[in-house]
Amino acid sequence: MPLAKISTITGRGLPIPGNDIDTDRIIPARFLKAVTFDGLGEGLFYDARKAVPAGQVHPLDDPRYRGAAILLSGANFGCGSSREHAPQAIQKFGFKAVVAENYAEIFFGNSTTIGLACVSAERSDIARIAAAVETNPAVEITIDLSAREIRFGAEKVPLAMRDSARDALVNGRWDSIGELLDGREAVAATAARLPYLAAPHK
Amino acid sequence: MAKSLFQKVWDAHSVRQLANGQTQLLIGTHLIHEVTSPQAFGMLRDLGLPVAMPHRTFATVDHIVPTDQRSEPFSDPLADAMIKELRKNCAAHGITYFDLASGRQGIVHMVGPEQGITQPGTTIACGDSHTSTHGAFGAIALGIGTSQVRDVLATQTIALGPLKVRRINVEGQLRPGVYAKDVILHIIRTLGVNGGTGFAYEYAGAVFDRFSMEERMTVCNMSIEGGARVGYVNPDDTTFNYLKGRPYAPPAAAWESAVTRWRSMASDAGCHYDDVVTIQGAEIPPTVTWGINPGQGIAITETIPDPAKATAVDERASIEEALAYMKLRAGAPIQGTKIDVAFLGSCTNARLSDFKEVAKYLKGHRVAPGVKAIAVPGSQLVSQACAELGIDRVFREAGFEWREAGCSMCLAMNPDKLVGDQLCASSSNRNFKGRQGSPTGRTLLMSPLMVAAAAVAGSVADAREVFGVTQ
Repeated sequence: MPLAKISTITGRGLPIPGNDIDTDRIIPARFLKAVTFDGLGEGLFYDARKAVPAGQVHPLDDPRYRGAAILLSGANFGCGSSREHAPQAIQKFGFKAVVAENYAEIFFGNSTTIGLACVSAERSDIARIAAAVETNPAVEITIDLSAREIRFGAEKVPLAMRDSARDALVNGRWDSIGELLDGREAVAATAARLPYLAAPHK
Repeated sequence: MAKSLFQKVWDAHSVRQLANGQTQLLIGTHLIHEVTSPQAFGMLRDLGLPVAMPHRTFATVDHIVPTDQRSEPFSDPLADAMIKELRKNCAAHGITYFDLASGRQGIVHMVGPEQGITQPGTTIACGDSHTSTHGAFGAIALGIGTSQVRDVLATQTIALGPLKVRRINVEGQLRPGVYAKDVILHIIRTLGVNGGTGFAYEYAGAVFDRFSMEERMTVCNMSIEGGARVGYVNPDDTTFNYLKGRPYAPPAAAWESAVTRWRSMASDAGCHYDDVVTIQGAEIPPTVTWGINPGQGIAITETIPDPAKATAVDERASIEEALAYMKLRAGAPIQGTKIDVAFLGSCTNARLSDFKEVAKYLKGHRVAPGVKAIAVPGSQLVSQACAELGIDRVFREAGFEWREAGCSMCLAMNPDKLVGDQLCASSSNRNFKGRQGSPTGRTLLMSPLMVAAAAVAGSVADAREVFGVTQ
């Protein structure tokens, strides 16, 4: 089955402000005790959601943001553990994209591979989008990877994304397994030049 | 043209360029464990694909294993299902698996080096961010997600873009009571938790030249905490001597040619670095974290940062958030902060040299009343070596619980967890909110000897004073 070409993502936004939001916070380790990724959406930011002071509500539990498809956050999003469970949980909760200042490397790669678009924008621009969403949670946000811009209400701001990831999403080749399998012969040729790969093992 | 080790390994393992511009990179060694592999095997089944190179795939079980009562079935049915799934997958695909009964089980990042599987000039991947540990041998060792575990199982390759290389020289000498853990905590404090994004870190300089393999592993282990995807040390005689005679190291007949090849993989003099940072070893203090990311560290003699004195807007907000979670007071000395738990373990600091060094000083001391202290060897081989040397007895007599090998309370996927807002002096690698198993639990990262000092004093303490460390 060909992969979807992801060039525009449209939906409502949900701000989770802060920098250095790590993957333990996105999905606490106890939710990793499973042999599948099923049901991970329920664990998304689980402890952070339970930790909100009385009388307040976490954005993920705020009815105003229900159905949001675009998560807005800060710098170094997804740092820490390599657990793919983190982007899986974000995606299974219903998000299709993340807009943050920048990302930890492994998280970014894991997200792209499952078709979760992680785009970067300037802090002031993310703040503008978040302000618009807080004023009117129904405001429609469009992430346009081809035009390299994020549109919301009557406004638009530029987005940045690594070329290889943008290419992969826009052209529907974000899951590289097919292409990697196509390289079988080239892999064998490279492997043949590396003595340690042939070494018999005990 | 002069090349860095990173460039040489990259070039030797590059298969071809992919349509999106990334490289198809051959992974010579694939390490797997029970948490991030079952879904990958499931995807493989769905695709009807075999494992491409089972002889280059090695498994062990570490994250979920109990460290006290090991009889099966485990009391946690989820953990029990995970170990059974790993066994089943390894058997079905002919993968070497260091199981609990093998005597060689342990944290995956300890098993690779101990068995001589981790070798210079190679590429290594594992579904775990601390795979960077293996870079201590001059390997390019990458933490990957589960879809990439599937990619490696199915094709022995991943899609990856190139990294820049930052050389970090640590020159001169470390002061007494300063350890490899302090070196990496200091580097992260200096360069930031995302300072390494897009980089491979090449650690070098006189301090690394003198470091043992175990010390190099401690530093490389936490490269990811500084945002660097990989960290490595160029291979030298220390590396080769460590590997010689290990089960999967090249046999005698092939040894010399292997060493020649390994030596040739080291960075060439005059090669290009995208950045160079130099740190004086003598300026590195015993370091302890006070916050909720590994970059929030201070010298043991310093006071907890005051948000009012922060210069950047971001810094102020992050200090405030950290202090609120940690329940610590701005401006107070970190020394004297009462602890509830002391944890000596994890892939950062649970090797023989860690326990040996602590045992040297711990003899004759007692864990303070009210402190729960646990020591968890990183592997069965370390556990066995400690028993042979009587190190386990030193820990037990001091009041530590001496446990079986695993990841344990570093991430608390097994029964070892903090309770409530307990404060833990920990030799592990992450102090994130909730990391040690309680949503309000608090972690202070430090060297193993500082953990022992805190356990004995009942509060965060300067190990140099508690134990009279002078050399």
